[in-house]
Formats: sequence, C-alpha cells, structure tokens
Amino acid sequence: MQLITVAGSPSVGKTSVILRVVDLLRRDGLKVGVVKLDALSTSDDERYAGHGIPVAVGLAGGLCPDHYFVSNVADCLAWGLRQGFDLLISESAGLCNRCSPHINGVLAVCVVDALAGVQTPKKIGPMLRLADLVVITKGDIVSQVEREVFAYQVRLANPGARALFCNGITGQGATALAAQCRQAPPTPTLEGSRLRFPMPAAVCPYCVGETAIGETHQRGNVKKMRFADRAESP
Amino acid sequence: MNSIADMPLDALLAAHPCVADFIAALGLRAPEQPLPLGGWLALLADEDLLDAGMERGQMLAHIQRLIDEVQAMAAAAGRRVGSLTLIGGRDKSGAPEAVRLTVQAGEVLCVVGPTGCGKSRLLADIECLAQGDTPTGRRVLVDGQPPGDDQRDALDRKLVAQLSQNMNFVVDLGVRELVTMHAQCRMVVDPEAMAEQVIACANTLTGEQFSPEVPVTQLSGGQTRALMIADAALLSASPVVLIDEIENAGVDRKRALDLLISGEKIVFISTHDPLLALRGHRRLVIRNGGIARIIETSAREQRNLVRIEALDAAVMAIRERLRQGDLIEEDVQWPT
Ligand SMILES: Nc1nc2c(ncn2[C@@H]2O[C@H](COP(=O)(O)OP(=O)(O)O)[C@@H](O)[C@H]2O)c(=O)[nH]1
Ligand SMILES: [Mg+2]
Repeated sequence: MQLITVAGSPSVGKTSVILRVVDLLRRDGLKVGVVKLDALSTSDDERYAGHGIPVAVGLAGGLCPDHYFVSNVADCLAWGLRQGFDLLISESAGLCNRCSPHINGVLAVCVVDALAGVQTPKKIGPMLRLADLVVITKGDIVSQVEREVFAYQVRLANPGARALFCNGITGQGATALAAQCRQAPPTPTLEGSRLRFPMPAAVCPYCVGETAIGETHQRGNVKKMRFADRAESP
Repeated sequence: MNSIADMPLDALLAAHPCVADFIAALGLRAPEQPLPLGGWLALLADEDLLDAGMERGQMLAHIQRLIDEVQAMAAAAGRRVGSLTLIGGRDKSGAPEAVRLTVQAGEVLCVVGPTGCGKSRLLADIECLAQGDTPTGRRVLVDGQPPGDDQRDALDRKLVAQLSQNMNFVVDLGVRELVTMHAQCRMVVDPEAMAEQVIACANTLTGEQFSPEVPVTQLSGGQTRALMIADAALLSASPVVLIDEIENAGVDRKRALDLLISGEKIVFISTHDPLLALRGHRRLVIRNGGIARIIETSAREQRNLVRIEALDAAVMAIRERLRQGDLIEEDVQWPT
C-alpha cells in the first residue's frame, strides 16, 4: 500500500482536490481510502462517503492535532492494510503553520491556495518547506499575474518540490497530481520511520489545563516576547 | 563540486539575494563577522533552528537547491515557441475528432460555439498541454514534439498563460509593486523599467487611466483586463495566450489583439465578439465537445470587419460623450 500525507490550512481545498484525484485513481481500478484528522469536528467524512470513498476519522479534541496524528498514523496504516487499499491518503489541517505530518519516505503533499496572497508561501513552515509536492488551488479566482508570482514564491519557499496547480472545483490539474500519487513509494510499515522535522516542544502548564494568567503560573517551557522599548532582558 | 557550506556567507548573500530572503523569512539574522555558511549554521542555537522549522542539514540542502533553481529559471527565461500542434481526440459521443492543426507564433485563433459545447475544455486541454490524458483524448505538440514533463508542470514559466473571466486581485500591493514583482520572477534585467512600460501600455488599452500607485484591488474590471493583457503581451514569457472572452467593457479590443500579435504570441480566444472573431486568422467551430470545422477568415469577412469596426468606433464615440456628460440628441449617423 502507498501512503500519502496531505496537509494544508483549513479551507484551502484539500478535500476538494483529494476527491478529484481519487476519482481519477479509481478509474484506473485502484482501491483508495482516506483518513481525516481534525481538531474538534469535521464533516469531510460525509463528503468522502458521499463519493463512496471509505473514510476513517480521528478528532484530536484537546490535543495538538499534529501530535495526535503522529501517535495514530501507524494505526491508520494498519486500518488501510486491513481494508486492502492500494492507496491511503491522510488529510490533516496544519493549524499553526508549524507542525507538519510529513514523514521521511512517504509522499508528502502540501495544499496552499492562491487566494492567500503572494507573501504567504514564505510564512508557511515545514508543512510547505519539507513537502515533496505543493498543490496550489483557487488559481481560477486570481489574475494570471498574481498566480505566477504566487507560484514563484512557492518555488522559492520549497525549491526541491514539484508544484502544480489544481482546481478543486473543476478538477483542472488533477490528472498530473494523480500521476504523481500513482508513483508514490510504498509504505509497508511505519515502524522506525521518522518525521521530517520535530514538532515543537510544548510542555507548559497551559498544555495540561492551566487557565490562570500571571507570572506565577508560567513554568516549564516558557518563552517571553521582547519589546523594543524595553532594555534587553538578561 | 565545492560544498556551499565552505563558502563565506557574506559573499553568498551578495551573489544570491534569494538566499538572503530565505534566511530573513526563517527569522534568522546573518552574522556581522565573516563566516562560512556551514560555520554559521553550526553556531546557531538549537532553539533558533527549532523556531525556524528546519534542521542544519535541511537548510544547507535547501539553500543549494534554491541557488540551482533560480539559476535554472534564469536559463529558461528566454524560451520561445514557434508552433503549437493540436491533434484531435474524440467528441462527447466518442466520435473521433479528425483534426490536426498547427498554429504558428503571431497567429490568432478564435474558438466559437454555443455555451456548454466544449470551448473551455479545448482551452483547458491546451493549457495543460494534454497528452491523451484528459477526457477528450486530445494531444498538443510544442514545436512538433511532445512537451517534456518539466514543460508541463513548470508553474511560473508556463508555456501557456490563461486570461480567464475571473481576474481578481487579492494581494495588498500597488500596481507598480505587483508588476515589478512579476518582472522579477520573470528574471527581467530591469524590472522597474519593465513595470513602467507595462502600466503605460495598459493605459493605452483602457479609457479609464490609472496610476502606478493605485492598489491592484481597486482597479475596475476594464483596467484589470487592460493590465493583464499588457502584462501577457510584454512581460509574460508564455508564448501561448488563452483568453476566455475579452468583455468589451473598458478595453480597446482591437489594440489589445494587435499588441498580442506583435509579441509573436500564439493566441486562442473564446469569443463571439465580431471585432475579435473576424480579426482572428482562423475560427474553430466547436460542436458536441469536438472541433467540427475550421474556418479561414475570408477576404469578404475582412472587408466586413472594417465596416463593423467603423460601427464600433461610432458606438465608442457615443460612449465617450456620455462619459463627458454630453447629450446624444442629434440623429445618429452610422458609417456605411
Ligand atoms: N474557486 C475555487 N474554489 C475552490 C477550489 N478548491 C476548493 N474550493 C472551495 O474552497 C472551499 C474549501 O474547500 P475544502 O476542500 O473543503 O477545503 P479543506 O478544508 O482544505 O478540505 C470549498 O467551498 C471549495 O468549493 C478551487 O480551485 N477554486
Ligand atoms: Mg477538508
């Protein structure tokens, strides 16, 4: 089975693009399943099910969704193997631009939308910079100038990746993306695999339920802002 | 090859502004004292690297790829295309589309047919340089050869530029800033001068002048189209331009087309506007998803075009007078 991780900020068009690509892959007789990981709730499972695509959902609830992803990805893989899929796609939203679900040796896709503006690609962290494939959606709504400048910024942000446009509504561009998915390396197991980049350390009282604000409650991994009008603190 | 890790950082930054941008985007600051890149990375605190979101090895590899990529883009910037060949596939009922059509640089083809007949599909096939892998089964050759994968997915130096009906701007930049950025990513030698030229040219295409400082999001529909056409003709390196209708609002269509032709572009326009459709060298008639007929614009049609242009000019003149606040009370005389 091949595993593909698809990540991108909320509403960039991940589900729309995956639906288009899966349609094409199934036309070739491939059996494809999706796992959807989200923070609090999702209705994407209904959209996948509506297309007859087997889907499993994981909701992180109070945990960081990306940490939750890593702790569960091997179980997702096992589910896919039990279902006899040829291809398993994971959809997860990069909520803080910082974590990324990308794993060494597993095809990593980042979805960005052209509406985000040309300054955005360089602000997206490892999710974009360490992806193998960057999919740009919503190119249909911006002028060709902005589209080209945006694509250029994506290439500068991740010069190693292939980048392509895909329209989540019409499916224009999905053919090339499906071709890339077919060539994804196989993932027989994730035992011993590594994330491409460590997820941020976040062990402070607020991680474990503290709600009170004030100096005395800030223990553990605390980092303070610096303000220009104050002398450099020691 | 010498590793970039051994190169002095200050020389590297001076030679490759893209590396300086990258380091700034990571929120890191280059050191004051001269250091090789590798030495600087080794000195960075682990915490700073974690904040930046990349490990040392990843950064090194990234910077090398960045330099290579920018050099590759510069090398590919001047590419021209002499011809495009369209090889028919099948129409909506699966019947073969018996067409092999070669279009030369500087030629304008119009695409006509009722809504839903497959005009957009044809433009989409050209846009993705289809290789029998789209629903129509059409194939597109570039200079007589199937395009390589690199040509098919090259994003920001695409062979084909598409001007769609939706031409919005979302970015918070002025016209000059955005066009200058576009010129930079096109590897133009003097981006500022090119931006001035594109804006001046756009202003000759539209009745409503705009200044280089105006935010792009405030341009009217006509101004936006004028700017996009001027950009496609003068700045875009794409030798093939697809246009999904140029609405007549606010754009001098005749001049726009002349501009594209003079840029040695291959132009496909989906349109029923007589001024454009008869100005094209050939018309593709689409029916049921396939090219049903190819019409060469005849000498008679060209004479009619001259008459239609005179009529259009008369209407435009009235439009201009309305803009000025004039009355249109005299018996309007139509040119014959
Ligand atoms: N115009 C346009 N809209 C798109 C495109 N792709 C997705 N959308 C729309 O963007 C919205 C969010 O898409 P969705 O797939 O749910 O995003 P997700 O949250 O990343 O999975 C939906 O309303 C889609 O119809 C595109 O390429 N063009
Ligand atoms: Mg979704």
